[in-house]
Amino acid sequence: MTEQGLAQRGALPGASREASIDKVSVDERAGRLATRSIKTEAKLSGLRLVIRMMDLTTLEGCDTPGKVRALCRKALHPAADIADVPSVAAVCVYPNLVPIAKKELEGSTVRVAAVATAFPSGLSPLDVKLDDARRAVELGADEIDMVIDRGAFLAGEHPRVADEISRVKEVCGEAHLKVILETGELGAYDNVRRASDLAMEAGADFIKTSTGKIQPAATPAVTLVMLEAIRDFYYRTGRRIGMKPAGGIRTAKQALHYLVIVKETLGDDWLTPELFRLGASTVLNDVLMQIRKLETGAYQAIEYFSKD
Amino acid sequence: MTIKLIDGEPENPTVEQGRRKGERRLHFGDAWQYSPAPESPSKVRLEPRYELFIDGQRREPSTGRYFQTINPATEQPIAEVAEAGEQDVDAAVAAARRAYENVWSKLEPLERGKYIFRIARLLQERARELAIVESMDGGKPIRESRDFDVPMAAAHFFYCAGWADKLKYAFPGREVSPLGVAAQVIPWNFPLLMAAWKIAPALACGNTVVLKPAETTPLTAMLLSDIIREAELPDGVVNIVTGAGPTGAALVSHPGVDKVAFTGSTAVGKAIQRQLAGTRTRMTMELGGKAANIVFADAALDQAVEGIINGIFFNQGHVCCAGSRLLVEESLHDLLMRKLCDRMSTLIVGDPLDKNTDIGAINSKQQLEKIRELVESGEQDGAVRFSTECAMPDRGWFFPPTVFTNVAQSSRIAREEIFGPVLSVLTFRTDAEAIERANNTCYGLSAGVWTDKGSRLFEMASKLEAGVVWGNTYNKFDPSSPFGGYKESGFGREGGRQGLLAYLEVDR
Amino acid sequence: MNERRQAGSDRRRPATSEEADGWRVAVKKTWKLYIGGAFVRSESGHSLVTADGDDNYPHGTRKDLRDAVKAAIGAQPGWAGRTAYNRGQILYRLAEVLEARRSELVHGLVRGGSADAETEVSASIDRVVSYAGWSDKYQSLLATSNPVAGPHFGFSVPEPVGVVGIVAPERPSLLGLVGSICPVIVSGNAAVVLGSEADPRTALGFCEALATSDLPGGVVNVLTGRRSELLSHFASHMGLRALDLWNVDDETAKPLEVAATENVKRVTRRALDERGWYDTDRTTSPSWIHSFVETKTIWHPMGA
Repeated sequence: MTEQGLAQRGALPGASREASIDKVSVDERAGRLATRSIKTEAKLSGLRLVIRMMDLTTLEGCDTPGKVRALCRKALHPAADIADVPSVAAVCVYPNLVPIAKKELEGSTVRVAAVATAFPSGLSPLDVKLDDARRAVELGADEIDMVIDRGAFLAGEHPRVADEISRVKEVCGEAHLKVILETGELGAYDNVRRASDLAMEAGADFIKTSTGKIQPAATPAVTLVMLEAIRDFYYRTGRRIGMKPAGGIRTAKQALHYLVIVKETLGDDWLTPELFRLGASTVLNDVLMQIRKLETGAYQAIEYFSKD
Repeated sequence: MTIKLIDGEPENPTVEQGRRKGERRLHFGDAWQYSPAPESPSKVRLEPRYELFIDGQRREPSTGRYFQTINPATEQPIAEVAEAGEQDVDAAVAAARRAYENVWSKLEPLERGKYIFRIARLLQERARELAIVESMDGGKPIRESRDFDVPMAAAHFFYCAGWADKLKYAFPGREVSPLGVAAQVIPWNFPLLMAAWKIAPALACGNTVVLKPAETTPLTAMLLSDIIREAELPDGVVNIVTGAGPTGAALVSHPGVDKVAFTGSTAVGKAIQRQLAGTRTRMTMELGGKAANIVFADAALDQAVEGIINGIFFNQGHVCCAGSRLLVEESLHDLLMRKLCDRMSTLIVGDPLDKNTDIGAINSKQQLEKIRELVESGEQDGAVRFSTECAMPDRGWFFPPTVFTNVAQSSRIAREEIFGPVLSVLTFRTDAEAIERANNTCYGLSAGVWTDKGSRLFEMASKLEAGVVWGNTYNKFDPSSPFGGYKESGFGREGGRQGLLAYLEVDR
Repeated sequence: MNERRQAGSDRRRPATSEEADGWRVAVKKTWKLYIGGAFVRSESGHSLVTADGDDNYPHGTRKDLRDAVKAAIGAQPGWAGRTAYNRGQILYRLAEVLEARRSELVHGLVRGGSADAETEVSASIDRVVSYAGWSDKYQSLLATSNPVAGPHFGFSVPEPVGVVGIVAPERPSLLGLVGSICPVIVSGNAAVVLGSEADPRTALGFCEALATSDLPGGVVNVLTGRRSELLSHFASHMGLRALDLWNVDDETAKPLEVAATENVKRVTRRALDERGWYDTDRTTSPSWIHSFVETKTIWHPMGA
């Protein structure tokens, strides 16, 4: 987006104002939503929804075809021995492993996402990043998880960051674009908000908190800030942008907390894998344990669930 | 700045129910619903009948009469409570006097403090039981009684306990001494917390007390009397007499009383002051309010919306410092209202004992009728009403979250304390107009200011005639933070070092 | 009128031609109320006669009170808006002006019946100096930083209550007046004062010092008249936020305190004998300032 584009944002209502964020109040609101009590039927349906929204991820230097195939099988059938457990939303891998995942998931609803644009730092020439994304699409990725150049953002080069996002969007073609802000490196919530606005204006289909390589990764409060940006963008343009908190979500209880935040910030329209994803892998088994517990009434132990 | 219309939305939209026709809305429906999550009252041991608490003993009332206390969410009686008559008030004041003369004023201050610390600890130990009873008796959501009322009550005892042996440092160079017997009359909106606000500083300063809880919410005070016994406080240091207006009137006008502390409506506060005119009885009054919550266009908007919600819907709006008059910078009005209405639509009205309830029951039928009457007058005055379409329980006294726009400054809903979940919205153009409108009231308890500009915040804070000014936040309380009003919202402060003055004679 | 003629009857007048030759007629002062920084006649058009019969003084009425309160309401925000340092300098300036008018004040007090006029004037000037020094210090003693349990910054500061009605003590007529005005105005309040009925000239003479100090008009307004007529109007006036009543007994106070509830006035009712006003520990205590301030508590989140 150009300087002019940014200036125009200032003239529009809603999120277009350079919105400032009060940290204490956001933390308090996110904390308040964590006190929602999710029991019985709500818990069961919520956990199933969580699975449907999950992006199972492996992003290690040591990822092999075997590891990715195992992950894909888990994605398709998270627990063969529990009734009505749906497939997850997507599997997220490095570009080289996209063909493996694609083959393994063929004919299913599970989508393949690839990280790209010099993940996780984004500190490569734009041509390299565009090529990275283009090739991931060519390799069959349904979704591209790009990173923004946080260095450029923090240096105040917002138009450049926006421009890079729109260029990546162009090469994505049909593939959905998730823009990773890496909120753990942005400092203040004001920056998270500004980066969210900028990414949406530049063409993001989803905005995503983190690479998983930096602490802190997703937090409920940061997610709330981004959901509020999505809300204002919707008010203003009518476009519904998706949200993906990633990293740091380890328990089923935390995952349900995120669902609560979505439900009470954006409402029913966003309670779908089309518009909300959870980037988490370790949480899946805890979710399955909770589902089994609800069904059997007995607390579960992790040995009884497959580790993939 | 003028807010332009949203792309694709009609020009000159008509306003319906306070919302623009055709504007994009969020849908807060049943895509994923919370299941009932009621806090179980099964562990609560309520007695069928509560006597008076005088001189360390449970005593039957001289009147022989008992009244029912009713659960506003079910309209069912919970227990019977003794109605204290003049003889009982006499006995309670006499017991407090004896305890003051013989024991409490003779104790080493630190020992006094240790008793108060004990009360704080016992409140924490019985926290959940107190929260449940508070919600059953008064109708407030368990989330609030559990997370706010009860912990804050314990915090007040803990805070004040520490002052007991440090009073000589509180006002350096000035002699301080206790006043004697304090008569304390408290309202029904924060029954246990108000008891704590009253009893804790009085005891810490060396006074003994006779407390009268509100007639619709006496139960947690009775549980507190158990805790006071369990803490082994000397008999008569705290006495609790239950009853309605006449009991309160007998107490505050009792000649054996050295100090009257009252929290409640401005009308009753004035009546008490008239009763005590010419008697030199020391008084503190914490009365009504009609607080302005002022939002500037540069505010952190989503957080301001949370603050507005918290300001008016906390405790069903049964809060003397509720942010019941929303003053919005005109250029921000439409956008803010859209956000506010969407946010209101997420509020859950229902069973106070359900952990997910945001807005519980209206405390009494009488209060519900008052709210209805004022809302009706707002409609007649031409204000535009928006009430959420949330599911409402089919029994009990409930009122949906409501906001009025297009409110005239002269309208009753802009001037009178509604004491319910009803917000009136007015606009302003300049800082000066905001101040003028905010101060254009007989009340002066609290105010809120939402702006991202520090210099504006301090300017507003200094010009607002209000005892508490919340900047970019609302409805925050702390035992260390003085609370109390300007103008007809009363006089004296509760909390902090300043709060001690209500219970001390300081050379003057 | 009879009384008036009689009162003047023993005054010197030229009776013979020798006396008439070179006789000078003294120019007598018309005593006026001090409202809004101006000396005005009573709206009533009536006057009362001083105890010694030498002078007439204005018979202030409820309408004069109304005008005075209006002037005070107009002046108070500006006065409160001055810096504390500036208020201190203006009070100190008042002390300088009083010192310059010492002989006149002494003379007036002697006429008004003060037992020890020199001492009273000195004490009055010193009282003003003491409060001039308080103007930027009492805040530090009365304010608190509140260590709230959460991510908020909280503090409480004293602020003026607004316009205060003062019923000054009868005696000492100057020191009691000065000593009750200073603790009220030092914090930025404006005052409407009912001066001593026993010695009304002193109250009005003091206003000439006020008028030539840099105190903005309307910050202090002084009425004279009959306590028995005016007290109830002080009590009921909705524009007065507080009352400072000196030596008003319980019986007299009762209806006043009843009327004062109408706008929840802060009523401070104290008794102090003539000697008590010379007790500087007591009369310059910050408690006296504290009686006419409100505590304002301010909260703000801490977190970026």
